[in-house]
Amino acid sequence: MKQGRLQYGDIINYIALTLISLSMLFPFLYVFSVSLTDPATYVQGEFILLPKEFSLDSYKFVLGTGQLWNSVKATLFITVVGTVLNLFVTMTFAYVLTKNDMPGWKLFTYMVLFMMFFHAGMVPGYLLVRELGLMNSLWALILPGLTNPWSLFVVRSFYRSIPSSLEEAAYIDGANDLTIFQKVILPLSKPVIAAFSLFFAVGLWNTYLSGIFYIQDPKKWPLQVFLSQMIIESNTDLGSSANFDDVRQVQPPSETIKMASLVLVMIPILLVYPFLQKHFAKGVLLGSVKG
Amino acid sequence: MIRYRWMYLLAVPGLLYFLIFQYAPMWGILLAFQDYNPYRGFWGSEWVGFENFRTFFSYGDFWPLLRNTLTISVLNLLLSFPAPIILALMINEVRTEAFKRITQTVVYLPHFLSWVIVVSFTFLFFSLDIGFVNKALASVGLEKIPFLSDTLYFYGLLVGQTIWKEVGWGTIIFLAAIAGVDPQLYEAATVDGAGRLRKIWHVTLPAIRSTIVILLILRTGDILNVGFEQILLMLNPMVQSIGDVFDTYVYRQGILSGNFSYSIAVGLFKSVAGLILVAGANFLSKKFGEEGLY
Repeated sequence: MKQGRLQYGDIINYIALTLISLSMLFPFLYVFSVSLTDPATYVQGEFILLPKEFSLDSYKFVLGTGQLWNSVKATLFITVVGTVLNLFVTMTFAYVLTKNDMPGWKLFTYMVLFMMFFHAGMVPGYLLVRELGLMNSLWALILPGLTNPWSLFVVRSFYRSIPSSLEEAAYIDGANDLTIFQKVILPLSKPVIAAFSLFFAVGLWNTYLSGIFYIQDPKKWPLQVFLSQMIIESNTDLGSSANFDDVRQVQPPSETIKMASLVLVMIPILLVYPFLQKHFAKGVLLGSVKG
Repeated sequence: MIRYRWMYLLAVPGLLYFLIFQYAPMWGILLAFQDYNPYRGFWGSEWVGFENFRTFFSYGDFWPLLRNTLTISVLNLLLSFPAPIILALMINEVRTEAFKRITQTVVYLPHFLSWVIVVSFTFLFFSLDIGFVNKALASVGLEKIPFLSDTLYFYGLLVGQTIWKEVGWGTIIFLAAIAGVDPQLYEAATVDGAGRLRKIWHVTLPAIRSTIVILLILRTGDILNVGFEQILLMLNPMVQSIGDVFDTYVYRQGILSGNFSYSIAVGLFKSVAGLILVAGANFLSKKFGEEGLY
């Protein structure tokens, strides 16, 4: 009797979870499916689930636009250079934050903590980038976000889990802090480096806001700005939107082409995702409030 | 000091970053008390005291922004906050390991997509002409619905997007908390004749209560921070009146229109109010006997 009731609850639970999972996957499947439909035969009002006239023309069209490649270049630059710099700043500074008997440690820690709660704000940050002469430069999408308190504290708590006897042994052997960091700490930090490389890379790949803040030249638009232009700004039933009135494309691209662009921008994320998921779950828990 | 000379060297990149990109902009806050004119510069511009703040509060822009921000926050608190808890409880009940793993992999995925992609999905599903939903409605002879340009659906779309994107990711912390529950408690409950739902109610939920409470308190500290990127992408003239929030307003006034002093004043108001809220929230979480954030 009791067994039977449990089974019943299980079935409902499995069905509900399957439906939830499908709702997560359906947008991908739909977008992928339409992107593979022949743009010439595709009628705007048409309701389709599977491609009728299979064709790669939409992809050929998007891949043939110079704007896409400009944006790919810009995004690859900020993703690769940004990830390396983010890692460098985060790994080094987080290590400093573990040395709580070092003069100045308190000041450094409070500097980071304060940033968790108070920011100068959007416009002062914007004016700073302008003053530094970084307008319209891809560095403006990298430098203002080189690290953040959350990452610093997560990496710090990882370092703290490394037995301090290792450092002490190396110290007695005559190594200085710099060598210890390079030869002892960093090699042990591979899992955290892996997690944060992916974490920073995804964040930079997804850069959008600073793109519209700082980049006026469409040749330097990151991919997300390209995509928003392609799909959101050119959406026909909304009339004029607050942003980009002057750079609006004349002809809204066909739906299959929009979907193909969307797929292309998503592909790298979907490719790294399987690797990233495992690391990330751990990263989140490491840094989470101690519940 | 000598002992740590190499540590100071390691600190240089981080310190430079914080000084230049986090602390130097603090200077900009002073512009909130000026009538800043870029041509005359910081030293040449006139000081006006709290004039910019007075303008903001007395010309009627403040209340709609506060109302919109709070509405979106409260909806998220009521709907997006409990969603991962419920999903975590559901996932926890799954006994088939493979099914559990697949479900988790799938529900985490949207978290990694940018807001541009999530909003693009929304457009491709809900817009009037090309939206999947409207095509489906039309194909069965029903009237099309202007989801994106009708104030009726705006909040629903925002909350729906937030749940879709973050619900799976949010389960991680609750699943970890559930994993920490002592199995003996479940055995004892089984002996007492508790069914599955009763075990969830009397064992699992109380066990993760402190996690829920602390996250909830921290969220209330963040109540003025609604998704800037998400809302900016979703805003259009038709829903402007109910969708404009502090950040989108500051963006329009400051970066698009160049009203620097005024927009910095508005931003400063938001930062200070946020600081008070977070500090209050942290105080509360300590009061509840939790560790707090700092």
